[in-house]
This record gives sequence, C-alpha cells and structure tokens, in this order.
Amino acid sequence: MRVHKVWFLALGLVLSTTGAALVAQHNTAQDIDDGGRVFRNTCANCHGPDGNEVAGIDLGRGVFRRAKTDQDLVQIIRNGVPGTAMPASEMPVAQAEQVVAYLRSVAATKRSVTAAGDVDRGKDLFHGKGSCTTCHRVDGVGARLGPDLSDIGRLRRSAELETSLVDPGKEILYTNRTYKVVTKDGATVTGRLLNLDSFNVLMLDSKEQLRSFEKANLRDYGFVDVSPMPSYKEKLNAQELADVVSFLVSLKGKVTP
Amino acid sequence: MTGRRAVVATFVASLAGVAVLSAQQVTWERIQHPEKEPNNWLSYSQNLFNQRFSPLTQITPANAKNLELQWVWQSKSLEKFEATALVVDGVLYTLQGPPAQGVYEVVALDAASGRPFWTLEYKPVLEARPCCGRVSRGLAILGDMLYMGTIDAHLVAIDAKTGKILWDHTVEKVGEKAIEKYAITHAPVVIKDKIIVGIAGGDLGVRGFICAFDAKTGKELWRTYTIPAKGEPGNETWSGDSWKTGGAGVWNSGAYDAETNLVYFGTGNPAPDWDGRERLGDNLYSDSVLALDADTGKLKWHYQFTPHDEVDYDSTQVPVLADIQWQGKTRKVMLWANRNGLAYVLDRSTGEFLIGKPYVKVTWMDGFDPKGRPIRIPGQVPTPEGSLIRPHVLGATNWAPPSFSPRTGLFYVAGWENSGTIAVEGKFPGAAGIPNGTPMGQATLTPNFKKEDEGFGFVRALDPHGLTRKWEYKMNDITWAGVMTTASDVLFGGGKEGYFVALDARNGDLLWKIALGGQINSGPMTYSVNGKQYVTVAAGSSLFAFALR
Repeated sequence: MRVHKVWFLALGLVLSTTGAALVAQHNTAQDIDDGGRVFRNTCANCHGPDGNEVAGIDLGRGVFRRAKTDQDLVQIIRNGVPGTAMPASEMPVAQAEQVVAYLRSVAATKRSVTAAGDVDRGKDLFHGKGSCTTCHRVDGVGARLGPDLSDIGRLRRSAELETSLVDPGKEILYTNRTYKVVTKDGATVTGRLLNLDSFNVLMLDSKEQLRSFEKANLRDYGFVDVSPMPSYKEKLNAQELADVVSFLVSLKGKVTP
Repeated sequence: MTGRRAVVATFVASLAGVAVLSAQQVTWERIQHPEKEPNNWLSYSQNLFNQRFSPLTQITPANAKNLELQWVWQSKSLEKFEATALVVDGVLYTLQGPPAQGVYEVVALDAASGRPFWTLEYKPVLEARPCCGRVSRGLAILGDMLYMGTIDAHLVAIDAKTGKILWDHTVEKVGEKAIEKYAITHAPVVIKDKIIVGIAGGDLGVRGFICAFDAKTGKELWRTYTIPAKGEPGNETWSGDSWKTGGAGVWNSGAYDAETNLVYFGTGNPAPDWDGRERLGDNLYSDSVLALDADTGKLKWHYQFTPHDEVDYDSTQVPVLADIQWQGKTRKVMLWANRNGLAYVLDRSTGEFLIGKPYVKVTWMDGFDPKGRPIRIPGQVPTPEGSLIRPHVLGATNWAPPSFSPRTGLFYVAGWENSGTIAVEGKFPGAAGIPNGTPMGQATLTPNFKKEDEGFGFVRALDPHGLTRKWEYKMNDITWAGVMTTASDVLFGGGKEGYFVALDARNGDLLWKIALGGQINSGPMTYSVNGKQYVTVAAGSSLFAFALR
C-alpha cells in the first residue's frame, strides 16, 4: 500500500506538472501581470480600468461587440476597428495575447458588488469618517505615507480597490512596503521604504521626512510584514464601502492648467 | 492585541498625529536668507544675488589637498550634465536632460551617501528640438514643490517628498516649425509666490519671453516679451517684420533684489545669428539685461551690451548682484562678464553704466560713449570674404555661472581666449534638418584655436573697481564649468579637460585637482550634512561628491 501511495503521489505530481506546462504555453501568471500592466497603460485610457467605459463593451466580463475568440481580440487590439474610435496599434502579437490573457483572467474573478456607490458620498467618507487623508493624498491634499490616490481610478479596478479596503494586507505593492529601523540609541523610526541596499535604508518616515540610515548605525531593521492600513470591513457598511470605491474609481488624475 | 496588530496600531496612531506640513518645507523666507543655513543650497546660485558664495568653511586652502571622493550618481543620459544641484536638509535634488527620444531623470538623493530616495522620469514631446543641447541647468524649490522647466517648454511641479508630478503646465506648445521650438533650459527662479522662467529658442527664430506662474497652481500671471511688439517702444530698432522672428531668447537663471522688487534676466542674440542684413537697427532687447518688476513683469530699465549683434554674443550670463564700495560709498551694483568679451559694472537700481572693460582680447569695439554704448571698430562684422573677430562665436564666456566673494571682493569668471573668422554667405537658406526652415543665418565659422595667446580656458579674478585682473588660473583647453567660492577662500572650478580643481580664491594658487574622466559642464556647489562639508560637481554624465578624508 505504501508503495502505491507513493506511486499515485508521484503520478499526481507528473500530471499536475504536465498540466501546468500545457497551460504555460498559453499564459502564465507573469503573462497575466504583464497583460494587466499593458491594459492599464494603454487600453484603460478609453475603456477604463474595469473595461466597461465604452458603451456596449465590458471587457472585464467578456462582453465584446465583435470578438468571439481570443484570436479575434488579438486582431482587434492590433488592427483596431475601422470607422470607430478603436485605433490600430503596433502591439506585438505576444503582448496582445497577454492583454487577452489578462482580460480572461479578470472575467473569471468575482466582480465587485460595490460599483454602484455614490461618488460624492464616497468623497465625504474619504475625507471624513474614513480619515483616509491621514495616510493618503489626492490632488495635493492629505499625507504621503500611503500611495498617492490622485489617479488610482486609472490604475485599479473597482474589485481591487474594494479588496484593498477590506483586506489591505492581501496585496501590497513593492513600492508601498513599510519598514522599521531602531537606532543604536533606541529610537524607532517607521515609514514607507524608498530604497534598501547593502549599507543604507532610505524611507519617507511617519513625519513625512526623507530619512537615510546607515545600517552600521542601527540596532535593528526590517520590514513590517503587515499593512499599516486598517481594514474598513467593520468600519464602513456595505453601502459606504461602495461609495468610497466609487469615489476612488472616479479619481483619474488632475487636469493640468 | 497581538504583537502584529500592535505594530500596525502604533504606526497608524503615529500617523494620526502627522502634520501635513513638514520640517523640510522651503519657505520664501528661507530662500531669501540662505546665509542663515549654510548647510543648504536652496537656489541655483546659492542666493538670489547669484553670488555662488557659500558661508561654509570646513574645507580650507590648507586642507583642500585632503579632499576625496564620497559618492557618485550616474545618469543614464549622455547629454551635457549642466545642472547645479539643490540641497535641503540632507536631501539633494538634481536632474539631467533627456537624450533624443529619451527622458529627463529627476532625483532626490541622500546627500551623504548619494543613494536615491526617488527618481522621476519625464519624457518631453518628440517635437522638442532645442538648438544647442537637450540640457537642464537645474531645479527650483518652494515649499515642498520642485520646479522643472523642460525642452518642450513645460513648467512641471513635482512633490519633493515623493517625486510625483503635481501639475504640468504647457508654457507654449512646441510645433514642427523652427520658430515653434520653444524650450526652457535654465533653473526656474522663485520670487515670493511665483515661479519665473524664460523661453529659449532664439537661434531658431523664437521670439523670447519671460513669464511668471503661480507657484501653487501653475497659472500664468504675467508674460513679457524680450522683443517689443509693433507700436511698443523699441520695436523701431527692428527693420520690417524681423522682430517677429528676432530671437532674444532667455536661457539662464535671473537674479532678484528684494529692495527694489526687480528681477533681472539676460537675453540672447538676435536672429538670424550671424547675418544682420534683414534686421537692421539695434534689435532691442537682444543681448541685454532686463530689469522687470517681479509682480507685474513691467520693464523698468534695460541695458544692451551688444547693439545689432552679428556674432552670437548671447547675454544670457547669470547676473551677479553685489553691494560694494564705489567711489567712497556703498553702491548696489550688478556685475556682468559678457560673452562679448567685456566685463561691466552697472547700477542695479537704475541700470546706469558705471564701467565696462575687456577681460579678454577684444577686436570688435574700442571704448564706450558716455552712455555706455560700445564704439564699434569698422569692418569687425561678418562679411562674404570673412572677418577675423575676437572673441569668436563661442564668446569669452557663456552660460557657466560666475561667483562673487564678499570676503575677497573679487568677481570670478570662467572663460577663454579665442578668435575666429565669420564669413556670411548668401541669403537665408534654412538650416538643414529643421522642418519649415529657420531664420538662422548661414555662416562659415572658422575658430582659430590653439595659438600661443588663445584657445585656452581660464578662471580670472576681477576687481570690480576698474575691472582689473587680480589673478588668472590657466587651463590648456576651454571651460564650460562654472565657479563657486566659500567663506574660507576656496574656489572650485573645472573645465572641458575633466579636471575638477580647488584654487585659493585670494591668489589663484592650485590647491587640489582630480581628473573626473568627462567634461565638466556644470557649476560646483557645496553643502553639509551632520557637520561634514561636501562639494559636488557634474562631469560627463555623473555627479560627484567630495569631502575631506
């Protein structure tokens, strides 16, 4: 029996590896990430971060006007749609396929149910009850310790924003990690890590000072492995969460004078 | 409460008490009085008088030999690195111009280690095509906002804490035509709550102007053209419609005198550069210094260094203001070492010409009339046969910032001796490679370098009284590097050969030198962190920082 168990386990590993390899020929997690980046930098300018800002199209839910297959989508991304605002692009096939992989991935994930919030109420909550400006900044108002949210509506889907509100530690971008140092005289300084190398730690500290520390002069240093952002799961009700998400989605970056 | 939650709670609690304003805010008061904080360098030439003089004294003539490299920051761009850095409370801000189709790099570095806090990349429009280099000479700072002028004539405000762009204002839209190649290449000037910049592009026929913007919003508050429009005084100094493409660009930082509320900028050459046949007249206000009311931009006075210039004697040098003893009493003056080979002392309140004198060999003029207008030597203009003129097109100096030391009372100028033949040819043909032509004149320029008495660079120390030369430090090659002095009588400078040098500001003795492996095209500056004095200079595409070992 024991031998059989080992055999079946090994077979399972082989099968799962083979399966992963087959999938990898189409798209990997890295492909989806890369596709998402391209989508946000290119497609989202017109389609919006959720892909639903052009009438009759909801890219994030697999609702297309013309395309039926992945190949159709790749063709449209590259060739555009004559007679419409959809332009042709010089995007390589492989990159267009990554965008399609991203869109398929998004369609497969659970969509936010909070998209129908009220922007104005969300703005009030953001600046008031939520105290979001304690850490975040929008159009030059608020603190710099968390990510600047002035154009977050161009960068993140509503589902992602909702996740960040209720489970802020689930995904923390590399550039938003919190770091803590303890100097030899016992002072503790915490802040957003800006640079870390063999000899130095550079951060924006909790007083919004750019600070640099030589590791040789520190008693201790390291990442704070949880997000400094509190969860709003219990602080805001479902409607309030929807309102805040709607406000965040509305932030597309300041119009320059 | 678990340990993990405690950490979060402590951090969040500490955030709750955070004031949005922080200690690193640079107020107008601080910018006006840099002498109160010698550790910092808050504006392009250290103070608004552009003296490029630091009160720091740790590095002295006696110990300068002990200077050693502390750190290097390397830019990705191979453009000429002309910027002077700013330092605010241990954070150094600088930028490097973009290569063709590339990006600006704006960085905040730890001034002690050279490690970056943040880097901003900014891409100008592809139509940007400044005549003479995709360069930037520096940033400005006010509050916690940095200001950058770009080669596509944008004024950009950047959060000094994060490197995030706060607003991006198109001062003038760059187009395909040569006369639409607006650019900003100098460090903006902060005056009270305004950011003031000048527009370059004069060599391509852009009509220059100086404009002020609300520091918070980027809203344009006033604009003053450097060439008067039809019907305005001075327009009669241009024949026909030549004023419309007359140049007189502005591409170096200005000075400010709070007592009179005047801001001073130098202007560039008239266009076409080497051919004045279709722009007869003095061509005001090209090759001039303009004194403008800082609140309104209204012209209060001007002085034209080179009327009807046909050699390209830009007068865009950095104006240097000083209060000096003059004929028995204190006089508020402006010191100017011009590209045309002449040094000047002007009354900065009225523009009165006090004295002018060659600081290199000059062949295009001989003396001044009572009002300070240069008396030209006949024939010393470009001709079809070619004229040997001294100084030549490169001039006797250029944009590199000079220095004035209140301790020694001397005015320090980096420049060179040169002559050259300018032969002007035919009509205006339009320069190759620029769509829709350019009004730049065509000329054959033949510099005569490397003779016994020319083709070399120098730092010369001039006594403003009589503009006599007190000493000279001679270089084998020419120099595009600025100079800086300190309260311990050390002068820092460099040159095209790539040597960075420390001189005794009192007598020009060489104290220390190091080869940096690339041309020095920037102005040195100094600051201190935790009691240690640093000196930085850019060479090649890198920024180097030195301190005593």
